[in-house]
Amino acid sequence: MRSEKPKGRDGGLVQIERTIELEIDGRAVRVPEGSTILDACRKLGVDTPTLCYADNLTPVNACRVCVVELEGSRTLVASCSRKAEAKMVVRTESERVKSARKMVLELLGSSVDMSATANFENWCSRYSASPERLGTPPNAPAVIDNDLFVRDYAKCMLCYKCVEACGDDAQHTFAIAMTGRGGEAKIATEFDVSLPDSACVFCGNCVGVCPTAALQFKREHDLREAGEWDESKQSVTKTVCPYCGVGCVLELHVQDDEIVRVTSPSDSSVTDGHLCVKGRFGWGYVR
Amino acid sequence: MDDARETTSPEASERVVIERALAPFAGGAQIPRHALLPVLHAVQSSRGWISKDALAYVSERMGIAQAELYGVASFYHLFSLEPSARRVLHVCDDVSCRLRGSRAIVERLSMACAPEGESRDDAAWHRSPCLGQCERAPAALRVIAGDAPTQRSLTLRSPEHAEEVFSSRNTGDHDASASSFEARQPRGALRLLRRIGVANPASLDDYRAHGGYQGLRRAHARGAAWVLRELSEARLLGRGGAGFAAGVKWSAVASAPGREKYVVCNADESEPGTFKDRVLMEGDPFALIEAMTIAGFAVGAEKGFIYVRGEYPLAAERLERAIAEARAHRKLGDDVLSSGQRFEIEVRRGAGAYICGEETALLESLEGKRGEPRSKPPFPVHEGLFAKPTLVNNVETLCAALDVIVRGAAAFASVGTADSTGTRLFCVSGHVAHPGVYELAMGMSLRELLALAGAEFSHIQAVLLGGAAGTFLRGDEIDVPLTFEDTRRVRATLGSGSVVVIDDQTSMMDVLRGLAWFFRYESCGQCVPCRAGTIRVDELVQRVRAKVPLGTWESERERLADLGRVMRDASICGLGHTATSAIESAFERFELWPDRVAKKGRA
Repeated sequence: MRSEKPKGRDGGLVQIERTIELEIDGRAVRVPEGSTILDACRKLGVDTPTLCYADNLTPVNACRVCVVELEGSRTLVASCSRKAEAKMVVRTESERVKSARKMVLELLGSSVDMSATANFENWCSRYSASPERLGTPPNAPAVIDNDLFVRDYAKCMLCYKCVEACGDDAQHTFAIAMTGRGGEAKIATEFDVSLPDSACVFCGNCVGVCPTAALQFKREHDLREAGEWDESKQSVTKTVCPYCGVGCVLELHVQDDEIVRVTSPSDSSVTDGHLCVKGRFGWGYVR
Repeated sequence: MDDARETTSPEASERVVIERALAPFAGGAQIPRHALLPVLHAVQSSRGWISKDALAYVSERMGIAQAELYGVASFYHLFSLEPSARRVLHVCDDVSCRLRGSRAIVERLSMACAPEGESRDDAAWHRSPCLGQCERAPAALRVIAGDAPTQRSLTLRSPEHAEEVFSSRNTGDHDASASSFEARQPRGALRLLRRIGVANPASLDDYRAHGGYQGLRRAHARGAAWVLRELSEARLLGRGGAGFAAGVKWSAVASAPGREKYVVCNADESEPGTFKDRVLMEGDPFALIEAMTIAGFAVGAEKGFIYVRGEYPLAAERLERAIAEARAHRKLGDDVLSSGQRFEIEVRRGAGAYICGEETALLESLEGKRGEPRSKPPFPVHEGLFAKPTLVNNVETLCAALDVIVRGAAAFASVGTADSTGTRLFCVSGHVAHPGVYELAMGMSLRELLALAGAEFSHIQAVLLGGAAGTFLRGDEIDVPLTFEDTRRVRATLGSGSVVVIDDQTSMMDVLRGLAWFFRYESCGQCVPCRAGTIRVDELVQRVRAKVPLGTWESERERLADLGRVMRDASICGLGHTATSAIESAFERFELWPDRVAKKGRA
């Protein structure tokens, strides 16, 4: 469920917000009822790594990198999905937490190409994780079956975000799903048919939520392959999509006078970070 | 789906099969999602596999996207999404069957019949995780697709016999040993097993003649509150593995707000070496039905589901028949025993996934989804099946609850110990003369149990207690009393009641490789610690077995400890939490690290 936005704008009831108090790393924090432990951590400025979590998607708590220690709980709990309760006592930097996060990073880094994942290296050094001691990720060429985006399965950490964005968290197209089981699990279309043969409408919302660049704009992929992708040379320009009257907020990422990627902020009240095929990909005419 | 894709045209025969399977669910405006597994089962058993066209047709009829359906179907290993032979032999290659010769069978089949998974003359074979037929190991499940599909469990008596079964076109009947139960204990001491092998499981009259429906009458006469109190006073602990207090669980569901509630029987018994629930369902199906009816009465539920693992065709068949008979005699329905109670039970079949024994994965599966565990809280007692308060108990727990109601709490707790009341079923398999289910008052020792089963004490190397998620004990640790508290004291667990005896001629590393493979194969893949961790543990066990370390042996030990810790601490569910427990216990209790074995001068 998405975080409830205060109502009232469209004449609905303004609910009186009840708050609860809990303790994180010895500090008291007060958050609205219904908040997660992660919300509470963020309110205190406790930096918590997350991968499968996104503000605009239902938490699936699959990656487990955000685990924290909760007094009274036998196991660690995923802060992204565990609701905060009054009088909880939470520790985010105990040895157990650090060791679990380190291991999750190592398990991921040794089986998935995390090189294009924001913050991954920083977290590895913060938790002294050395993924190579468990193994090295297999290499596989990206699947290119359309002109708009590629699927690089070597980078896929199975975080479910793309499935959620394609499904009932945003697009309601349901073109992809988690398939198979265990080590054979894979995000795919039915019978692994190509995207153009599937229900995909190429909204690119899966690309928008992918944390590891397993889903990439075709242009970005080509530039990366050519060694020309350079985020330091990119500027971001905010604008409004010119196509229809909805007024989606666009962020145009420009490198060398060329739009190489289009995003929308996840906190935009118009888009929640999601776009359609035109806003996401239909800017070829700009040049 | 809002796109306009071509209307699909599966073979007409497939369409008939799908429509027939959908018919019981077709009353409302839309076919409910929970009809999905029954429909997929119907397609699978009519052709031996599920085609793209069939899936597309189901998608259209049920309004579920094809990718989503594919995701569900590909989760379960009894569903095939590629063309497959009609006659498929699932050969158990798990811990108990390996100890009784399954490896020779697997070798013979691949040499003489066909490579694993390949079709020859419309027949194929696969290795399978534990089929729950351990008392007649080495076991197999034979599935024949067609207009009159059959599924039969059987013993593969020898590699030659396996070869014969593979090529035979006869359906064969259920193995006679399936229905026979030989009590090796004085019958008078039996409680849960007392009717098994005595009363005809197909006869309601026989069930009643052997004390059936006394419990339900008593419950109706004394009221729901009395049932809940009695259960709490009996201090019955759940028999599924976690040992949660049944009285607390029942009372929580009873007091949960809402009118719509469910009783779900977890009959997805899949813990390697465990088969007691199968014996109960095959031998005394009415007892489970009566127990669930009492549960429904006590917690205020009008509907129950029995989720039977897909590998138990005989149990499902007998339950279906017993439910129909109970319904015909108003033991189920709108006015149970003229008491005004409404209660119905449906049998649902799993489709091959160990994880569905985890209660929330089971609920997902019942709802027609991939069997991926939910995160708790909320717990099923508050938000279970269809997000309604749900009582989930396994077969033995429900049957024990019936025993509480029939006998009364005090009489129930008169055997066992203060903390572990009543009797407990144990499944003994592996290197013993008389593998089978035994019912013991809790507190009797493992040694006494093994003596009943005809173990050769001088040759016991290890006993795997509690299944793949359990603990290995050494031959000199078998005096432990079989209770929750005593096993905990030796850092072991009763778990599912599985007891696998391993003799001193067996390589422990071979056994461990089997367990590591099992978890790697059965991890649902949802969370990183379990999905990636089970693979790394399996690789590590293989390296130890091959005596080729990655780095030093010291670093391998550290790696195993780290993997165990993160899986216990950070996995979503019990599968990940316990996936290394047996393996780690073996390394603790036996000298298995090559560098340490070498130092002691042993080969």
